[in-house]
Amino acid sequence: MYQYDQYDQAIVDARVEEFRDQVKRRLAGEITEDQFKPLRLMNGLYLQLHAYMLRVAIPYGTLSGKQMRMLGHIARKYDRDYGHFTTRQNLQYNWIKLEDTPDILADLASVEMHAIQTSGNCIRNISSDQYAGAAADEVADPRPWAELLRQWSTFHPEFSYLPRKFKIAVIASEEDRAAMRLHDIGIELVRRDGVLGARVFVGGGMGRTPMIAPEIAEFVKADDLLSYVEACLRVYNRYGRRDNAYKARIKILIHELGADEYRRQVADEFAHVKTLGIDPPLAELERITAYFAPPAYEQGISDDIDRSDPDFALWLDQNVKAHKQPGYAIVNISLKPIGGIPGDATSDQIDLMAELAEKYGFDELRVTHAQNIVLPHVAKRDLYAIWQALDAAGLANANLDLVSDIIACPGLDYCSLANARSIPVAQKIAERFADLDRQRDIGELKLKISGCINACGHHHAGHIGILGVDKKGIENYQLTLGGSGAEDTSIGKIIGPGFDEDGIVDAVERAIEKYREVRTPGERFLDTYRRVGADVFKGAIYG
Amino acid sequence: MKIVTGNDLKTGDVIWWTGKGWSRHYGEAVDVVDAADTVIASESAAQRVNAAYAVDAEASPNGPLPLHIKDRVRAAGPTVRADLGINPAVPIVKG
Repeated sequence: MYQYDQYDQAIVDARVEEFRDQVKRRLAGEITEDQFKPLRLMNGLYLQLHAYMLRVAIPYGTLSGKQMRMLGHIARKYDRDYGHFTTRQNLQYNWIKLEDTPDILADLASVEMHAIQTSGNCIRNISSDQYAGAAADEVADPRPWAELLRQWSTFHPEFSYLPRKFKIAVIASEEDRAAMRLHDIGIELVRRDGVLGARVFVGGGMGRTPMIAPEIAEFVKADDLLSYVEACLRVYNRYGRRDNAYKARIKILIHELGADEYRRQVADEFAHVKTLGIDPPLAELERITAYFAPPAYEQGISDDIDRSDPDFALWLDQNVKAHKQPGYAIVNISLKPIGGIPGDATSDQIDLMAELAEKYGFDELRVTHAQNIVLPHVAKRDLYAIWQALDAAGLANANLDLVSDIIACPGLDYCSLANARSIPVAQKIAERFADLDRQRDIGELKLKISGCINACGHHHAGHIGILGVDKKGIENYQLTLGGSGAEDTSIGKIIGPGFDEDGIVDAVERAIEKYREVRTPGERFLDTYRRVGADVFKGAIYG
Repeated sequence: MKIVTGNDLKTGDVIWWTGKGWSRHYGEAVDVVDAADTVIASESAAQRVNAAYAVDAEASPNGPLPLHIKDRVRAAGPTVRADLGINPAVPIVKG
């Protein structure tokens, strides 16, 4: 894992003291809320429905046991004993007091964490593949590149006041586990003739105008990647609209310019940027990359696993994925208990996951955009002990990628932007499909719920998506089908009129039962939908 | 009926204007009739409340109850964590 050097630590420490002074002045009435608001947002502090909310950055979703423990400590000491893992691989605290915030940021800084780039019109926390460094299919570890982009983007003077927020994802596998093409910039590391480079996709996003990023560069040499990304940002910063927040994202610019013209302008700008020498020297790249060296795997350990405990075997089949290193596996910890709140974990659960990472997982954890946690490097011989510990803590939910593994934004239960509640709908759907045999029969099904058009719950990318809207003061839920955030990225289509809270649960069940009726062997819900089309499902849902 | 709500500057707690100060209990809110702008201006200037605004409300056995679902959720606390709200008995859906 990356470790701060003196510059990183000095920057973060200075930021804490700067914010401490700003909070002091705000509480003393020396600055108004209008003056203070942009300052607190630059430190991840929002004002939500019930209280201040602090969003903590977890760069590319990677953290150590010590960092995870600190998240648990803060939840216990300053919040209400839990935290919420988000679709941006971050963590949010929902009950923060303004007067405590400087101390919380100081605690975070003590373990090389912060809340910078979690708000505002800047380059946000970089996201990545939660299996980075462990997946057999990656061409390189994407994290050194994500870290390079993090260092480049933090407090970048040119890109701190962009027309709108800007999200970047970096992956290195053909299998996309990070919804890469639904980012403002999606980077897929690839190798051509042995040379490392990247496909660069620009102009994707969800929100009120969902778009899949077109490919702007089919191959940018790794040595040029930072310059190319800077060129992409510069063209956006120059021409992105600042007069209308709804048209200010880069996806709108590219849609209006056309991908070809945007590509041409980026090429011109890239030629200029290359003369500035911003790409890091090889030694710096090697310094960063060294932090992401593979852990000290034991060689020659067994791949055998005792599957005699049937509950363990179910979890093994559903939540444990292949690792590139013989004898090791990737463990997914689902934060989606039936009837629970997607992405929430108590302080004790957070501590336990930290402990398991330290004891069994080379001290490393990942947060996924699906609001789950990953232990990326676990010896197979330790899987049963891990499962037992998780099971005792209510964390052994064997439902990864099944219908109850639902992404849901905080919705109207917490969020001041929301129009409808998301969590109760997720809970009811999970309860409807609580039977694990039924879930496993249905198979992979990505169900995603947003409480407003901003789409933090990624409903556009759900095989089944649900969007909560306000219909004359009453919560109403639109159903979309056919979305995907994977390598076969697609935007779901609204299937018909909306439903009330109970009606949407019934509608989801009717859609799933239709799938079971018409699927062919091996077909996922999404495959069947794409094969038979919307009308078949529409007929089943609306009768 | 109009009542005024906002968030406490220091703690972020949802608070309601009582005519003399602020309360965490929506039922202690008073009808400000047409004085909402005055209350919001003076209280915001006093740096006690953040993001104050006026909401429509109706009489209820527990005092004035906001009409809109968003404000009822603010009054109640998260509907999915009744243990965290201070007024969890608020009916979220009007009627």
